Amino acid sequence: MRITGLLLCGWLLSASCLAAIDPALLKPLAAEDSDAKIAAIVALAQATPEEALPVLKAFSDNSLAVVGERVVIVDGERVLDASSNVEIRPAPAAIETIGINNRVRRELSAALAALRLFSSERSVRWQAAQEVTLSAEVKMLPLLDKALAAESDPEIRTRLQLAHAQASLGSTDAAVRHAAVRTLGESSSPKVRQLLIPLTEKRGDNWVEPDSAVRAAAGTSIRSIEQRLAWADNLGRAFTGLSLGSILLLAALGLAITYGVMGVINMAHGELLMVGAYSAWAMQSVFRAYFPAALDWYLLAAIPVGFLAAALVGVLMERIVIRHLYGRPLETLLATWGISLFLMQVARTLFGAQNVEVANPVWMAGGIEVLPNLLLPWNRIIIVAFSIAVLVAMWAILNLSRLGMFVRAVTQNRPMAGCVGVPTGRIDTLAFGLGAGVAGLGGVALSQIANVGPDMGQGYIVDSFMVVVLGGVGQLAGAVWAALGLGVFTKFLEGWTGAVVAKIVVLVFIIIFIQKRPQGLFALKGRFVES
Amino acid sequence: MNAVDVLLDEQDNPDWDSGTAELGHVLKPGQLDLSHKVILYLEDITVSFDGFRALNKLTLTIDAGELRCIIGPNGAGKTTMMDVITGKTRPDEGTVFFGQTIDLTRLTEPEIAHIGIGRKFQKPTIFENHTVFENLELAMKTDKRVWRSLFAQLDSAAADRIAETLQLIRLSAHAKRLAGLLSHGQKQWLEIGMLLMQEPKLLLLDEPVAGMTDEETERTGELFLSLAGRHSLVVVEHDMAFVKQLGGRVTVLHEGSMLAEGTLEEVQADQRVIEVYLGR
Amino acid sequence: MRTPLIVRLGRSFDARGWLLVGLFAAFALVAVPIMHLALPPENPLHLSTWFITLTGKILCYAIVAVAMDLIWGYGGILSLGHGLFFALGGYAFGMYLMRQIGRDGSYQSDLPDFMVFLDWQELPWFWAGSDSFLWVALLVLVVPALIAFVFGYFAFRSRIKGVYFSIITQALTYAAMLFFFRNETGFGGNNGFTDFKRILGYSITAPETRVVLFGLSALALLGTLLLARYLVTSKFGRVLTAIRDAESRVMFIGYHPLWYKLFVWTLSAMLCAIAGALYVPQVGIINPSEMSVANSIEIAIWVAVGGRGTLIGPVIGAFIVNLAKSWFTVSFPEYWLFFLGTLFVVSTLYLPQGVVGLWFTLRARWRPNSGDELAVAAKGAKA
Repeated sequence: MRITGLLLCGWLLSASCLAAIDPALLKPLAAEDSDAKIAAIVALAQATPEEALPVLKAFSDNSLAVVGERVVIVDGERVLDASSNVEIRPAPAAIETIGINNRVRRELSAALAALRLFSSERSVRWQAAQEVTLSAEVKMLPLLDKALAAESDPEIRTRLQLAHAQASLGSTDAAVRHAAVRTLGESSSPKVRQLLIPLTEKRGDNWVEPDSAVRAAAGTSIRSIEQRLAWADNLGRAFTGLSLGSILLLAALGLAITYGVMGVINMAHGELLMVGAYSAWAMQSVFRAYFPAALDWYLLAAIPVGFLAAALVGVLMERIVIRHLYGRPLETLLATWGISLFLMQVARTLFGAQNVEVANPVWMAGGIEVLPNLLLPWNRIIIVAFSIAVLVAMWAILNLSRLGMFVRAVTQNRPMAGCVGVPTGRIDTLAFGLGAGVAGLGGVALSQIANVGPDMGQGYIVDSFMVVVLGGVGQLAGAVWAALGLGVFTKFLEGWTGAVVAKIVVLVFIIIFIQKRPQGLFALKGRFVES
Repeated sequence: MNAVDVLLDEQDNPDWDSGTAELGHVLKPGQLDLSHKVILYLEDITVSFDGFRALNKLTLTIDAGELRCIIGPNGAGKTTMMDVITGKTRPDEGTVFFGQTIDLTRLTEPEIAHIGIGRKFQKPTIFENHTVFENLELAMKTDKRVWRSLFAQLDSAAADRIAETLQLIRLSAHAKRLAGLLSHGQKQWLEIGMLLMQEPKLLLLDEPVAGMTDEETERTGELFLSLAGRHSLVVVEHDMAFVKQLGGRVTVLHEGSMLAEGTLEEVQADQRVIEVYLGR
Repeated sequence: MRTPLIVRLGRSFDARGWLLVGLFAAFALVAVPIMHLALPPENPLHLSTWFITLTGKILCYAIVAVAMDLIWGYGGILSLGHGLFFALGGYAFGMYLMRQIGRDGSYQSDLPDFMVFLDWQELPWFWAGSDSFLWVALLVLVVPALIAFVFGYFAFRSRIKGVYFSIITQALTYAAMLFFFRNETGFGGNNGFTDFKRILGYSITAPETRVVLFGLSALALLGTLLLARYLVTSKFGRVLTAIRDAESRVMFIGYHPLWYKLFVWTLSAMLCAIAGALYVPQVGIINPSEMSVANSIEIAIWVAVGGRGTLIGPVIGAFIVNLAKSWFTVSFPEYWLFFLGTLFVVSTLYLPQGVVGLWFTLRARWRPNSGDELAVAAKGAKA
């Protein structure tokens, strides 16, 4: 405080460098009339911003009082002289608190905010600059001028310039208003747009803004703000689309292995997601009971648990049922549907028919504000990152590991792979377990943004199949593009059709797409397609 | 199809498959025109799958009534060539004409079958859950549209034809058995029988004697020789003894193009053919 | 010499088959009305309303199962969208039933209650003529047929088959369900149609009406069976199973599989729609959950349990599964999904030809010389 105060001394024309306030400035604060009080507050704030702060703060706390002619601050038992900030001893008896009404209070808080602009703490100034922007008025102009001159932080300066322009709108000078309107055009805030819109409107027969040049400039500024807003909107949609796409991708990646690579239609895939999601819930319960201090990190533990639990279920499914149905895709479809019903009822019996509550860890709360109207929530960002990580891991397993090589060998030519010593049966089990485990990972991620309940898997099965079918069989890249494309496409469509219609349109689009380009999906081509 | 064709089409309502054209012929759409004694033209056919050229500027003509053998190492493009002729694969470049007038690249598989091209697959493809009799009945040349099939009845002429064919392929005793229960060689014969029931002008036979005993092979050869003249046959075969028995002209395919053509002896003496077969 | 069609229809069943048909018709059309209407409730032979409604409902399901069997058992095409056609038939007829309520709804308006609730002033255009029984009967047949035809044309033309076809029919049904869930669509949103009062002026809850609806369902099932039997024994049926087993061979002998598949697909959809139209007045409600993915797959399990590629199999399957369902959901609701799930797995793993196939297998074991019948029954084993 001191340092800034000293710096301010160099240019503050009307204020003295001494820490004392001219009592003549203080006296009108005690005036009976609210207008007079307001005028006094503004005058005080402008004259000695640094010293005025404690006084005005006390004023707004109802602890400013008068002792005769002298304005004092009541601080508990102590009474301080407002002008010098020195304690008066002995404490005077006849203290009369200065009353304030709401109008004055409003003015006070605005002035206080303005005064905080001179704080030495960057965060305080930043906060103050934001508050000021909301309530900038013409009478704050001199203060804002000073604050601008003192401010060196570019972000805060931008804010202040906006506030300054906003305040200047009330100026009687058309040239000042004109400049202000043009500055406001740089903004990307919907509030500024609201502020400018009246300038282009008529009230009764008269224009709100009498000067036609200012009106025109206001129109231009509104349009440029709207462009920026639309851009931010689209950016926001692209991001939510991306995050939806990454969820679809997580849901579909497991399918990309079991269906895309192994050719097994697994209708219980949604229930494998459910297993993963319930694993997250179980880990949360475990942490809550045994490691309450580390509760925020239960999710990290849920990742391997979810993977293993789903993989285990997958391995059992493959061993008991699917193994006997290779080469009979339609039967596989029905049998796995039966398994999905079974698993749903198991979840219902074990955990109840109601959804269970899975909380976001604290570190996933909040988000990054990219633009005034664009907030990217952390949980979505983390899910996007997580799905990328899972994708990379899957790619590495399929392309770099021995298991991946065997899986690809079995996919391409099963008898031949068997002949050269690949244990095809075990590879099938492992590959299916891997696909199921990845679904479990998807379930862990889903638990953070969707309801966790026995029926949750049903909602994803159609979507995941659409991703795999659209992306084409036998490759991860196709699934990635399809998932992201579908996610972004759906979100943009939702913007103007609503969620349900968007979903219908997407489904119909996929149905038409598949009919137009089946060969893109049937990757097999050439002489092997005999029957 | 130009305006004249359309007019003629309305006047004559030509049958799909009424014989060869007369002298001073008029082009009739959808009708096989053998005025130049050639039943099949392949010209500069190229087919690629993901960059791999299965056929590379293949040019080939088959005369009416000819029995042609096609040989070549694996991957030479024999099966792809049949796919192109029967409409299963569309060539990237080149033209395929059936007789003088019919552009096969514009027709679907059933249409091509209908104008008189029959095909036997490398692996015998029959209807295993139908009886031998039903297999032949389904293949028989007739109106094959849905509506007709709903009310179709077998007349005695058709039954006679089926019985004749059954005799020819020596399956009379098995007429009521499910086709899936036949031996491999019998399945090959059944498929040939189905081809005959179609009464095609041109028969494409992909390794017709694979899996047959020597005796069956010889009988098959006799059957083919008896068909030649009335029908044109293209036989893809690896079995040189069988090719020799058939005795027609031989075309050697290699890497999607024609390497050599001539009698079996000429071809076998060709230095390039020997290289291809024995390796470099 | 051509045999007249009626004679050929008559020959679709052998004497024993016709005997069974006759017995069934006599039971449904004579015995049931008497046992329900004429016998007093305390008589042990009296059939309760519950029985009539349940069996009437299952008769409709059996029609759907036979329709499904035509396309799946004989055509090799597994549709996961038959719930859609069933529901469309139900909705189309439901429109008529809603109009029959007249001013007896809770808002006493000419408009159906849900429209009053949405503050609509007049009927949407697609409700035009919905007060006419004949027009609605036409809609029941034409709308599902049209949708099936258009969808099937494009799907079959693009040669989509196997699980791809299954998956996109599932997507189609799912999209339709979402569409019908919207209030703005004009079919009552998620509540659908209910609270029916009358049909052709007769009270819909009257015992006589129920008996008539039951009888109609039984007749529709018999008609469906006769038609299906004619189809699968005709040359059409042989081409259809040939397409199922070796489609490329069928193409290369000159049949166009597109039109064969399309015909049986569209016919199957129409049969489902008829079943749906009969189902709605008996059950008294139709809502979008009829189009759920689960419902359509359940149809497949009726067919699988009974026996694919046989005609009596789907009927038996529909009865087994749905009787079990109504027993479980009343007595042990929490075990129903366990049972159904297990049924899916067991029937695909151990009963590829359903209970009918099992019957033939057992009989073949006792009477070794009936192997031919087994072979014929095994026709549906593939796909």
